[in-house]
Amino acid sequence: MADTPIIDIDPQTMSLLADSQMNLELDNGDMILNMGPQHPATHGTLRLVVRLDGERVLSADPIIGYMHRGYEKLTEYRTYPQITTLINRIDWLSSFANEVPFIHGAEKLMDVQAPDRAEYIRTILTELSRISTFLLFLGEMGLQVGAITPAFYGFRDREYVLNLIESATGGRFHPNFNRIGGLKDDLPWGWTGECKRVLDICAKSCDDFDRLVVGNEIFQQRTRGVGIITPEVGLSYGVSGSNIRASGVDWDLRRDGAPYLSYKDVDFKVWTHPDGDSFARYWVRLQETRESINIVRQLLDKMPSGPVMAKVPRIIKVPEGEVWVETENPLGQMGYYVVSKGSTGPFRTKIRTASFSNVSICPWLLQGIYVPDVVTVLASLYFILGDIDR
Amino acid sequence: MADEIVETEKVSELMSTFKKEVEKAFGKDIIESEINYGDLIIRVTKDGYRKAALICKDVLNLDYLSFIAGIDWMPMPTESEEGSGDTSQPAQPNEMTFGIAGSAGRFQVFAHVQSTSRHVGLTIKVDVDENELAVASWVDVYPGADWHERECWEMYGIDFVGHPEIRKLYLPGEFEGYPLRKDFPLLARVVKPWPGLVDVEPMPGDDGSEDEESE
Repeated sequence: MADTPIIDIDPQTMSLLADSQMNLELDNGDMILNMGPQHPATHGTLRLVVRLDGERVLSADPIIGYMHRGYEKLTEYRTYPQITTLINRIDWLSSFANEVPFIHGAEKLMDVQAPDRAEYIRTILTELSRISTFLLFLGEMGLQVGAITPAFYGFRDREYVLNLIESATGGRFHPNFNRIGGLKDDLPWGWTGECKRVLDICAKSCDDFDRLVVGNEIFQQRTRGVGIITPEVGLSYGVSGSNIRASGVDWDLRRDGAPYLSYKDVDFKVWTHPDGDSFARYWVRLQETRESINIVRQLLDKMPSGPVMAKVPRIIKVPEGEVWVETENPLGQMGYYVVSKGSTGPFRTKIRTASFSNVSICPWLLQGIYVPDVVTVLASLYFILGDIDR
Repeated sequence: MADEIVETEKVSELMSTFKKEVEKAFGKDIIESEINYGDLIIRVTKDGYRKAALICKDVLNLDYLSFIAGIDWMPMPTESEEGSGDTSQPAQPNEMTFGIAGSAGRFQVFAHVQSTSRHVGLTIKVDVDENELAVASWVDVYPGADWHERECWEMYGIDFVGHPEIRKLYLPGEFEGYPLRKDFPLLARVVKPWPGLVDVEPMPGDDGSEDEESE
């Protein structure tokens, strides 16, 4: 790799080359390959301009922005209750988890505390969205290495969780269930029993994935030792969540961050894996799915009774101030930096999303690996394009 | 309940020792510092910002870069009068006020770094001179700053000196203007004005005295 002569091409030219809008004879036999914007491994529209020497990647440049919706600008034109509708669409696989940090930010500034029962239900729904997001990943990752069966299992069992979320909130993907000061509604009658039944199905599903995928020799050969993220580099790129825990960093905001939701009331283990490769990322997410099931079971047993909504004014005005709220979302650290000037809407909202930083490591991570592995590494990073482009 | 109070005291004690440590590490580069909702916010000088990345990573052991972003403190120019019933956007104060730790002018860059082992976070703010929109780049210390700085550059026009190749991240190459600046209008609202409350119909048996039942 070191003795391959590399001629300098700036990314703008690379992008034109990949579009075939420009022809340039590369005398050393390098080839430029355009992956995407519609690639099955990308969960949206990510385009990757890859420069190849034979099968080996010399450089990779992710081109994003195909789905940029400008939420940071839009929040300046809307009131706080209206914004939850928008931020549902950032990471659309775990919408409920997106709402929580923003609502917490507004609640902190207003000095409102949601009732215990509301916090419990929020925690349960956050963990359920984590389970549904990871079940999709556990299936889809098999698909990327050529095993189709796990994908069907993943989609099938995720459906039970989505139905559960729908029956409680009214929305499969975009619940918009959080209100400043609590929740829109209490859980429907009989929901707890149904939830326990679904958790049993999910637990069985995890065992299936363990046997079908993790124990599979071909899967291990394709993922072990591929796409290794070292902890120091990963952290300096801002990689978070399961991706960094798969590199051996024992850091989970549910346990280590400022206390939020009801995580202080439950016992759970933070899983790490020392290897940092694609296999480790799969393994950590599988264990975290089991841990989430465990968390929801504990919460269902401890659930307090009472109201789900605190007393809040009819027209929500948030006092002047700034607050940074971060939470551990399924994809990693998600945070909102909300600046308020005492109005009904925020003055500025910085939305920090997990996938944005997780993908920014791609140029470093993909260098020197082979083309077929690009797909598995991208799939193992697990990003949602709405979460990058926001 | 008692546990919670002990917990809060422990956190505030942790934060005040961290604040002292930060103040010692940065020395006279700090203009202002304040603890805000469990997060330390400091405002540093322009020279201090260049050194800040190294101090954070090597001295304070803040190994994780969360984000870098810009902010425009100018109030949004609005055409409608106050009290005219315009509901197209929340009314913000008309005079320029600055947030926690203050600001010298309209533009500011703020970055958030945190430690994965010590569980503390630090927000660093730096003023950007309106006539010379540039601050130092952090890319050589935190490689993850690359995309954040590109985003800030295209959204606010703030240049990052030392960034290897600053180019558009989200926006198409030929896009003109800086969308997140307050004087850049939201074009969707210009093309078609916000209709406001159009679908409000009185409920049966409701004589329109809704406002009285507010809690």
